[in-house]
Order: sequence, then structure tokens, then C-alpha cells
Amino acid sequence: MNAPIVRLYALILVLLAALVGFTSNWAVFDSDTLKAETANRRPLILEQTVKRGFIKTADGVTIAESSPEGGGNPPIYVRHYPQGSLYGNPVGYNFVQVGRTGIEDSENAVLAGERNEFASILDEIRGVPQEGDNLTLTIDSQAQRVATSALQNAIASTPGASGSGGAAVALDPSTGAVKAMASVPGYDPNTVTNTDTFKQLNRESSGAPLVNRATQSVYPPGSTMKVVTAAAALDSGEFTPDTVLSGASPQVIGGVPLFNAGNEPFGDIDMTTALTHSVNTYFAQVGEQLGTSTMVEYMKRFGFYSDPKLDYPDGQMAPSGAYNSDRDLVTSGFDAGRVAIGQGGAEGQDLTTPLQMAEVAATVANGGKLMQPTFVQQVTDPDGRVTEKLTPHVQSTAISPETASQLTEMMTNVTQEGTAADLSLSSGVTFAGKTGTAETDIANGINQPWFIAFAPAQDPQVAVAATIERCEGCFGADVAGPVATQVMDSLLASGG
Amino acid sequence: MSARNRELLALIPVALLITAGFTAVFIVESNQIGDLSLIYGGYFLAVCVGVHVFIRVRLPYADPYLFPLCALLAAIGLVMLFRINDDLALKQASIFVAGAVLLALTILFVRNYRALQRYRYVIATAGILLLLAPRLPGIGSQVNGAYLGIDLGPLSFQPAEVAKICIVIFLASYLSEKRELLTVAARRVAGVTIPPIKHFGPLLVVWGATMVMLIYIRDLGSSLMFFGAFLALLYVATARLSYVIAGLALFFVGATLIASQIGHVQDRVDIWRHTFDKNPCHLTQHELNRGQDCGVGQIQQSLFAQADGGLFGEGLGSSLLKLPGPFAPHCEQPFPDCGSILPAPHTDEIYALIVSELGLFGGAGLIVVYALVAARGFKTAIMARDGFSKLLATGLTAVFALQAVVIIGGVVKFIPLTGVTLPFVSFGGSSVIANMILLGLLLMISNDARRPPAPAREAEREFEGLRA
Repeated sequence: MNAPIVRLYALILVLLAALVGFTSNWAVFDSDTLKAETANRRPLILEQTVKRGFIKTADGVTIAESSPEGGGNPPIYVRHYPQGSLYGNPVGYNFVQVGRTGIEDSENAVLAGERNEFASILDEIRGVPQEGDNLTLTIDSQAQRVATSALQNAIASTPGASGSGGAAVALDPSTGAVKAMASVPGYDPNTVTNTDTFKQLNRESSGAPLVNRATQSVYPPGSTMKVVTAAAALDSGEFTPDTVLSGASPQVIGGVPLFNAGNEPFGDIDMTTALTHSVNTYFAQVGEQLGTSTMVEYMKRFGFYSDPKLDYPDGQMAPSGAYNSDRDLVTSGFDAGRVAIGQGGAEGQDLTTPLQMAEVAATVANGGKLMQPTFVQQVTDPDGRVTEKLTPHVQSTAISPETASQLTEMMTNVTQEGTAADLSLSSGVTFAGKTGTAETDIANGINQPWFIAFAPAQDPQVAVAATIERCEGCFGADVAGPVATQVMDSLLASGG
Repeated sequence: MSARNRELLALIPVALLITAGFTAVFIVESNQIGDLSLIYGGYFLAVCVGVHVFIRVRLPYADPYLFPLCALLAAIGLVMLFRINDDLALKQASIFVAGAVLLALTILFVRNYRALQRYRYVIATAGILLLLAPRLPGIGSQVNGAYLGIDLGPLSFQPAEVAKICIVIFLASYLSEKRELLTVAARRVAGVTIPPIKHFGPLLVVWGATMVMLIYIRDLGSSLMFFGAFLALLYVATARLSYVIAGLALFFVGATLIASQIGHVQDRVDIWRHTFDKNPCHLTQHELNRGQDCGVGQIQQSLFAQADGGLFGEGLGSSLLKLPGPFAPHCEQPFPDCGSILPAPHTDEIYALIVSELGLFGGAGLIVVYALVAARGFKTAIMARDGFSKLLATGLTAVFALQAVVIIGGVVKFIPLTGVTLPFVSFGGSSVIANMILLGLLLMISNDARRPPAPAREAEREFEGLRA
């Protein structure tokens, strides 16, 4: 009977080995899949036991912090947003019940303290509980406050704007740092854990406040697009600021008559004059002469046709460019003349995010170099050591320094004697800008006003884009202009 | 070194291990090193040394590693239970002492285990009655759709644990007598060996009994373990693989038929095969709304706990077990019966907790201990001098090892998850006590098997005399 006993033992060993095999599958090889399984609440619960790092503005105002709640062991940390709705966008929220958005999402690894395996083991040996790193944003609290209230005021006081939304973005042209990013209407992230409130916030009828209009919404940019067209014209070498074309109105563009604003006729004018007075027919001819491919190439150089290279969740950013009526991006087959002035038709219509237009202004301000935009000023570990610091990064060289300085001169003319002549900065500093007034509902006289600018014109510290979704019979300079100038005032006063 | 001194020496690392384990849990839970863990370790060593002294006196030739290995399993169990809840560990410790006493009593009263052969039908009947007891009105109790325990006032008892020993004694006794007949008298018809029905009848009765168990107590795990032990004994007794294959086929046919008829068994199989489906056991919307999940949550949580373990585990006391703060449900029962993210961490799922905290290496280490116990048990069977002893040792070892395979196999989704305990590790009185009796029997068999033949003993005495 001994041989069968040995064989039986071998069988038992095989069974036990199978158990080890299965265990290794769950514990090691398939571990990540199991951790990602939706029914698995462990990672979620464990995440709440980690003290998440705080988020502060560049000037030290606390936007988000975590504190223990419920007195359990291990303690469960809950997020608080002391500034309420001011930073609902772009910071977002982080809660077990509703997940996370915005910077809370894109910087989650930093805030949750997900360090490498080796560092975690060291922490464990030292008996240090896992704790998140702290985040200092590039945002200036004063500028953020000014941007938000200026947008709210513009919406409240402009005819036809009430109930609509708007956005404003301010960038440091030389570093790409986002100094302010406001999206109106806003929401208080402290309230999203309430199921009814959350449903309400997601409704279109309540103005969809969870949408970050600065990065996620695409709007017709109107005449602010002429800055891109002028840049393409000058940088491609086909035009100079002195190139003379007819400014008569209307003129047939793409087979259809195109009018200047108010059908105002201009004679034979150079490009500087055309930009100063925002002459549609001039720039439509420029666009037609450049053609779609040159227009698209320069749009891409400014960052169009892909999500902004911002450290922000992909789902909360949209690319700018020419969209057809199916809402697909198109790079050919559209009316180059109308796209050149921020318009278009069913086969291709300019639609841009406020962030993209701020990047256009910042690129001109920075001598033609587009800096990669970023929110992160620095990361510090729980002991206060700086582990990561903003290092400016050139995203692309859109235009030559010569083109940039020619454009700066032309855009300065806009604020000196052109469509934005009524605007000024409180410090009296000279600045460069471009107005835009997209006609979104011609029958009812509904427009979308825009203003993009940078200041000071000769030594740019700040670049801005501002827009309001709708207003009646209004112009970019009157409605969006003051928002932009107030933000620039605020940032110039605080030293950028 | 003599066998008994090796046994005593082997107990020292076990006592150190339990002391270290308790210390680790202490540090994690209260951030302090108390002398309490030393005291616990001391008590444990004292109990083990007590058993050792008893074995030294009564069974001087018994296998020296069986008891220390089982003590090691108990030590691992106590540390894990202490990590869950110190109350559980305290209860389990007293059960361990009671079990040690029962081990001694078994050895004292059975004296000559070969005498058990004479009572085999009484023992078999007792075993089957025990198995059916959970269905008796008044004392039976149902857990998760299976009838596993009986309630006698404050005491609850899982009779299957003791029944397994009864059945193994019967089978060993019956087969040791009839094995010649089962092999020699077999006829071959068309290449298939047909055993004589007359002698095979009682075995078919046992097969029937396991099937009845499936129907009546709905305990897939126990019947798997019983039937496995039955086939193991049949194979060792007859050396006929064809019997085993026929038996397996019969079992699967029976199990499949019964599974399709009994919802509970079908559910167990469904949640095993479709663990991550939305609604694996086809509950109605109404049942889903009431929060029923037919137990799929248990196997899911088991795998999630192991996934957290990785190679080395999260450390004793460091894995997520008790639902914290806002996640904690409202509980009427104490932890871990309620409020544990891993259901039944102290009984069915203790292996998942071990993997979660000690990792793949911890789990594999535990499995190696079972392999070593099985090795000593089968070695005893090989060394035993008569058929009954061989078969009894084989059967006891097989049923012990299979129990570990069935429950760990369920926890790691190797087979459907069922409610048997992990021998010596899981919390539970009947399990520890039954396995102590099983260990006592194995020790007695090995004492006989390893006793030097009579002339050698005389020589030994002379040698002792010379030394004196």
C-alpha cells in the first residue's frame, strides 16, 4: 500500500501547489486588475485615510484642505474648500461620493502622496503615515477674485447677457503660469456631495456651472482671430504691416458678400490700419490669399487643433480650431476668408476656448514663443521641502520675434486709437489688445464679445482673454474689455 | 537527539513566533511594546510543553514533528485572531487548551486504537447521525443556506468536524478487511474492472450518504472533503485508479444533478464561475433592491483582500479590515460579525486575511506547513505495520489536508467557496477539538509504527543498564 500513499501525497502536493498558484495570481499578477474592479471599494476607502495635501494660491490663500472626520481609526479625511465658489473652476473637487475633477484630479498623485515603492517602504520603516504633498498654484488670489467679479458684473449689467456665462484667463507670457482662470456661473465645491445639489449643478437650465468655460467651452472668437491671421500673414513673409488692400464693404468672399461691422467702408488701407479698426474685408482677403493650409499651420503653431498642453484632465479640455456642422475639427474645405476673421460656415467655423485665445495673446507678448501653460507653481512635501518647482517650457515657436514685435505694435494701435481706444489701465501703462464681437444670432442682434490683451506692451507681464457668452447689440471692447483690463490692473499692481 | 527532545526543541520557535506575532500586532494597534505578548507567548509555550510531557510519557515513539507543526498552525491562527479582535484570540486560546486536554483524554481512553475496528458500524452510524443533526428541528441552524451547525443552548457545534473522523475510522476498518476481496475478486468485463457488488455495497452506501449530505445539509465543502477522503482510501486500499475515476465520475454526476435542483448549491457554483458579473445568481430586481447578493460579495472581497497583499503583504494589523468612520454600517452584532469589509475574516476567510497582511509569502508559508503535516501523516502511514493503521493514518491525513485544500481553494477561487474551517487556524471550537482528536489518533498510530521491535528494545534496555 505504500506506493499509492506516496502517489496520494504527490496529488495533495499538486493541489496545495495549485493553491499557491492561485494565491499568487490574485495577490501579485492580477492584483492591479482587482484593485481597479468597480466593486472594490478598498482603494477608495484607503485613499480617504490619507491626509490629502492642501492647495494654495501663489500668494498663500488656502483653496482646499483636508481634515479628519467621524473620529474613526484609521481617520477618514474630508475635503474642505474655504473659498467657496471662487475656485470651483478650475480647482474642482474631491469626494468619495462624486469622484474628483479639475486640478484635484490632474494633480491627484501629488495630493494623495503616491510616491514610488521605495519611498513608501522608507516611510513605513520610519512609521510615517502616508500623507499627501502640498500644492501651490500659480493663481493669484486677487486676480482670481477680480476676474470672477468683473465677469459677474459684466453679465449683470449688460443688456441681453443676464443668465449667460463667461470666462477669463490670465497667463504669465514668459512662463505659461495661469495667474487667473474664472468661469461664470461658478459653483461651491463644498456642496456637490449633496445628491440633489449635484443633479441641479449638472443641468443645462442652471447654466451648467460645473463646466469650466475657460478650457472646455468653444466659442466663435470673432475678430480676436485676426491676430492669428495677421501673424500668419506677416510670419509667412507674404505680407508686411504696410501691405495695402481694399477695405471696401461689402466684398465677395468665398462667393458670398462679406460686410464690415456696420457696413463701414474703408478705402485702400494697410494692415496696421485694418487691425486697428478691425476691418473684416481686409483680413478676409488676407485669409483667402494665405489659403486654408497656411491658416491651419499657423493655428496649429498657436496650439489649435489639440487639447491645451495644460496639466488638467483631458475630459475637461477641448481643442480649438475650425469645426464643421457635425462638431468635428476640419483642416480643409472651409472658407479661409471667413475663418480668418473668426467666422465660417457649415463646412468650417472657428471655435476656440478662452484659454486658447489667452495663449495667442501670450505668444505675441513672449516674442513669438508659446509657453506651455501650467497651474503648478511648486509642490512641497509634508515637511515643507520643495519637491517640484515650475520650470518654464517652450511649447512651440509660433512666429519670429520680428513678427511678434510688428504685431505688438499693431495691437498697441488698437488700444491707442482703434476699437479699444476707450479702454485704459489704471496705471496708465500702454498695452496691446484686440477686440472681438462674434455675431451669434444676427436676427436678434445677439453677439459674443471678446477681448484679448497683454500689458505692458513693451515689457509684457500678463496676457489675458475674456469673453461673455451673449449680449444684445454690444461690442467686445465695451463688455469683455473692462474684464480684461481689471484683471491686468490687478496683476500689474501685485507685481505680476 | 531523541524524537522527544526534537519535539521539545521544535516547540521553542513556535512559541517565539507567536510572541513576535502578538508583539507586532501590539505595536501596530497601540504603538507600544508591552510585556503582555511575552506573557501570552509564555502561556502558549507552557500549554505546548504540557502536551509534550504527556506525549513523552504515553507515546514515547510518536512522530516528533506532528505536534509542533499543529501548534505552529494554532499559533498562526491565534496571532491572526488577535489582530482581528483580542476577544476572539482569548476564546480561541481557551479552546486550544480544551483541545489539548481532549488530545490527552483521547490518548488515555482509546489506549489501543486498533480496538476501534470492532465498533466500526456503531462509529459509522454515529458519524452519519452527527451529519444529519443540523437538520433536526430545535437544534439545527442554517448559515448562508447551508445547515452546518447545531445549537445546544449557549454551545454551538459543527458535527461534520467530528463526523469526518468517524467516517474515516469506518472506511479504514472496512477497507483493511475487504481490500483483498475488492481487488482479487474483481472481474474484468470489456476491459473495465467490476468490483464484487457484495463487498462494494457498504462503500456505495457511503457514497450515497455524502450525496444525501449535499441534499440535506447543503454543504458542498464537507461532502467534497468526505468524498475526497473516501476516494483516497479506496485508492490506497485497492491501488485501482479505475475505482477512483469511477467514483469521481459518480460524484460529479450526482453533484451536477443536485446542484441543478438545490438553489443554494447552484448559487455557490454560479458565483464561483461568474464572480464579477453584475448579477451572477440571477436574483430578481426585488431581491437586489433588498441588498441580497447570494454571497458573491464574500468571494469578491476575498480576492480584493488578497490583491492588497502583494508579495509581502501589508503587515500584521495594517490591512483594511474594519470599515472606518463614515463607511461603517450600523451594527447590532460585534465586530467582526458586522463592520468588516472582508466577511468572516476569523473563519472562512482567514486565509484571505493572511495573504492580505503577510502577502503571497505568508500564504505560501502556511500552505507549506499543511504540506509538512501531510508529509508526517503519510510517513506514519507508510511506517505503520498493519493495514488498518496504514489506512487510518492515510485517511486522517487525507481528510485533514483536503479540508485545508477545500477552504483555501474556495478562498482563492480554485473551487466554489464553502463553509469549512481552516484546520487549527480558523476560529471555532468544534474544529480545533475535532482536529486535536485527529492529531491524537495520528500520534498513537505513529507511536506504534515507530516503536522499535521487541529485541531492539531489549538491547536498548541493556544499553541503558550498562550506562547505569
